[in-house]
Amino acid sequence: MSSLVEVSGLTKYFPVQKSSLEAMLSRKKEFVRAVDTISFTIERREIFGLVGESGSGKTTTGRLLLRLIEPTSGEIRFHGDNIGELSPQSLRQFRRRAQMIFQDPTAALSPRMRIGPAIKHGLDIHQVGSAPERKKETLGMLERVGLAPPEAFYDKYPHQLSGGQRQRVVIGRAMILKPEFAVADEPVAMVDVSIRAQILDLMLSLKNELGLTYAFITHDLATANYFCNTIAIMYLGKIVEIGPRKDVFKSPRHPYTVALMSSIPIPDPRHKVERLIPRGEIPSPISPPPGCRFHPRCPYAQAVCSDREPQLEEIEPNHQVACFFPCT
Amino acid sequence: MPPLLNVQELVVQYSTLRGEVKAVNDVSFSLETAATLGLVGESACGKSTLGFSILRIVPPPGRTVAGRIELQGVNLLNLPLEEMRRIRGSQVSMIFQDPMTSLNPLMRIRDHFIELFRTHDPSIKKEDALGRTAKLFDSLGIAGDRIEDYPHQFSGGMRQRVMIGLALALEPKLVIADEPTTSLDVIVEAQVLELLKLLKEKHRLTLVLITHNIGIVAEMTDRVAVMYAGQIVEIGPTGDMFGDPLHPYTKGLLESAPNVLHPEQSMRPIPGNPPDLVSPPTGCKFHPRCPKVFKPCPLREPLPISQGSRLVACHLYD
Repeated sequence: MSSLVEVSGLTKYFPVQKSSLEAMLSRKKEFVRAVDTISFTIERREIFGLVGESGSGKTTTGRLLLRLIEPTSGEIRFHGDNIGELSPQSLRQFRRRAQMIFQDPTAALSPRMRIGPAIKHGLDIHQVGSAPERKKETLGMLERVGLAPPEAFYDKYPHQLSGGQRQRVVIGRAMILKPEFAVADEPVAMVDVSIRAQILDLMLSLKNELGLTYAFITHDLATANYFCNTIAIMYLGKIVEIGPRKDVFKSPRHPYTVALMSSIPIPDPRHKVERLIPRGEIPSPISPPPGCRFHPRCPYAQAVCSDREPQLEEIEPNHQVACFFPCT
Repeated sequence: MPPLLNVQELVVQYSTLRGEVKAVNDVSFSLETAATLGLVGESACGKSTLGFSILRIVPPPGRTVAGRIELQGVNLLNLPLEEMRRIRGSQVSMIFQDPMTSLNPLMRIRDHFIELFRTHDPSIKKEDALGRTAKLFDSLGIAGDRIEDYPHQFSGGMRQRVMIGLALALEPKLVIADEPTTSLDVIVEAQVLELLKLLKEKHRLTLVLITHNIGIVAEMTDRVAVMYAGQIVEIGPTGDMFGDPLHPYTKGLLESAPNVLHPEQSMRPIPGNPPDLVSPPTGCKFHPRCPKVFKPCPLREPLPISQGSRLVACHLYD
């Protein structure tokens, strides 16, 4: 059986907006290379973590996976079908089977729409069942995501809920059509730490119930380690390391992954560790460094690193690293 | 010698259409020179309001309605406004959370510093102010030639370095840092925290670090105060608090913290949601979410009791 999602050579460049004067002075068009020829597969029922800092291209990748934006080049196959070439009918089907859970529940919900109808909206659009059936289904979903009693919540507006409750609405809305695949873009970044695990546990139990596959986008390695099966580490539009969660966390091989890990504060005052904090910050994705994009900040960089671009290579089963001098 | 900072029975209230909200409700603590106190809790527990109240910059409709805030024995709440202005920056200062909204986008970075120096010392020459700024830049790890830049030309991490520089420019004794790295990526966060540690040692600063990040508390502080619904429920040395949390909320908060080294032992949720402060629960405000709730909890409010090195407000220890 093929993988659920197969991504190959996926690239997205965004043109840089210039003032008309600048455009006249220079012919050269500039692009933000948000995602640059990345390939990976997502297996059925796994939680695939896309991890990186701001500007790494993880959110753009997530949006491409759902065809919310069109790629510059490369393709994405869902159940073997190229989602860029779907007929209008199949695209509609795809939209039903693949859903998005957004980061900011306040921005993702219309302030003027009551939460019951907001969740029900997908059922209405896809004309699932009769009107009373849809309402019943919605009440069931409200209860399922922990907003009980559902009748009391159905007519509430988003502003009457807490942040955590709003995120439950966003999750319920994504799940109401019983999708197979959901992209969750930082679903817990805006909620309190104490509530975060509640939301992740809800997502986990929905996954088991519906047989879901998640692409989970996060900047937070600790959350990724708690939640994901597979981890892909992104840096400046590239995947620099990818592998099973355990391998990536137990023995990170790319110097960037090592740096990320050693930067995380550990909630244990007895834990003392020598840190490897790279100097400087992520360079501009408009003109990324040549060769390995991490080389200007890498403590192990050598001449070859700025000359040639390292490709992902398998270093142990399923664990791939794009580095000429991987850490051991 | 009296402690550097002594806060007693502080109450800060916000008047809203729905009623009075006690964002800080009868809070007392003190802090010795060169100590770092971590102030932790969930959103809306009152930790930022407590920080603002020390500088007397609680945004309206908030008001400090009762209590004392003594800095080296002087009650800041009784000072005339002119005097308080002089103290801000030179004695107590603040590092704000969001450097983008805290810097003036129309002013060059150097002018932020010059304005600060001149406000506190109108006789200072421009060259002297510039010289001091250049020296500061050096200690902040910012290249000297960027002094002419505008805030938008700086990255998030660099802007936060500027904020730290502004807070430390007049060599205050006490610095309140309100989520100083929350808007930063993890590597830049680590860089900024390293800088803060370095400067703290060098200037023997006393630091109140407001954060929701338990990892940062473990790494940076020597004392912790855990806040819930406007009150300090437990306070004590960081090592003791992490080793053996007494209050069930402290325990819950620590166990909910993500730990990248031990994912299976971390991120246990605290059930329920933080309370609505307009109509908080009766008795102990944590009792509706508490796994150890028993008879007196909904009836009486627990008072802080001394337990070894710590103060804890919980009926389990009555």
